[in-house]
Amino acid sequence: MSTTTTASPNEAKLWEGGKSPFNSEYGKVMMWYFLMSDAFTFGAFLISYGTVRFSTNGWPDSNEVFRSFPFAPEGVHAPLVFVSIMTFILIISSVTMVLAVHAGKNMDKQGVVRNMILTIIGGIAFLSCQAWEWNHLFHEGAWWGANPFLNADGTASTTNFTNFFFTITGFHGFHVFSGVLINIIMLIMTLMDKFEQRGHYLMIEKAGLYWHFVDLVWVFVFTIFYLL
Amino acid sequence: MSHSHSDQEAHNAEAMAEIKKVTIILSVFTIVELILGFWMIGMTSAVLKLTIKGTIVILMMAKAFYIVAYFMHLKHEVKNLIMTIVVPLLLFVWFIGAFLWDGSSFRNLRNNYNPYFKEQATIKVEKKVEERKATDAKHEAAATKHETVETTHEATKPEVEPYY
Repeated sequence: MSTTTTASPNEAKLWEGGKSPFNSEYGKVMMWYFLMSDAFTFGAFLISYGTVRFSTNGWPDSNEVFRSFPFAPEGVHAPLVFVSIMTFILIISSVTMVLAVHAGKNMDKQGVVRNMILTIIGGIAFLSCQAWEWNHLFHEGAWWGANPFLNADGTASTTNFTNFFFTITGFHGFHVFSGVLINIIMLIMTLMDKFEQRGHYLMIEKAGLYWHFVDLVWVFVFTIFYLL
Repeated sequence: MSHSHSDQEAHNAEAMAEIKKVTIILSVFTIVELILGFWMIGMTSAVLKLTIKGTIVILMMAKAFYIVAYFMHLKHEVKNLIMTIVVPLLLFVWFIGAFLWDGSSFRNLRNNYNPYFKEQATIKVEKKVEERKATDAKHEAAATKHETVETTHEATKPEVEPYY
């Protein structure tokens, strides 16, 4: 990685003591390691989904299962439409989070506040979409232990599909929920001038790392459940 | 805070350009994924389907790279920090390979040695549309959520019990 030169002009000197050899704040490094462990948790979920899917003869067609959207007429067949809206909501909220982090680096309180509010709105919008989808699927008869859908080839399907769907999107949704809470706390702290007093907006960067991780996981969940 | 040096401004402009670039890349990749997804609907050729799925996985990995490298700023960290994060994640290469291989092997073994398992994959069942409609009417009448679950589940249970 040649770009590391910008982060560490004299990499050798980093190990001579007196400063972090990672040229990064302690909390930020620990956030990275937490996210790494979380990546393994999500990875374990998704890989077990893959293993079970590979060991089963038939599987429901995601385009049949996820075919509706709010206020749609009954019997509508619109695969991928609703989930693409959810995906874009999360991408856009990720962008506003980057902008908040960027504003924080410039000690621009107004910019941080504006972009944090936008990020929180994006997170709440995503959660609302997920709540609608869960509710819709529940009324179709899908839940943990109940799968009303047939396999793509018309044979009887196991409940593995719904179990994994609700567990993994639920776990991801819970991460989005905690991310929104963290972002709200960060917004309040910004409004109370906590970071102005500290002289840096590093907390916004840490919250940003978590929020981007949530977006990162959705990239995988979205692809694996809705596209593959 | 007066960081109005031209250095700072140039750096800001650079960072904003990077954010813009990555946003466009992520959006374009997502749109391509969705187009591929729509294209796959109703497709019969298994080879073509597998190729598209492979392409989608590559796009997914590319999106993950852009989010981690630029949005999470990992690319601009010290090399040692990058390595302590990226090297352990290499375990995923083994995880994915080993477990998917194992899953597929388990399916082959069951299809070879468990005739019941194999038979299940050939029996087509009817989705009871009429009964579903009746249940829908019923659960509109039923006020409690709990009742809704039970009636819906009963009506939509396939006749052939699937084999896990």
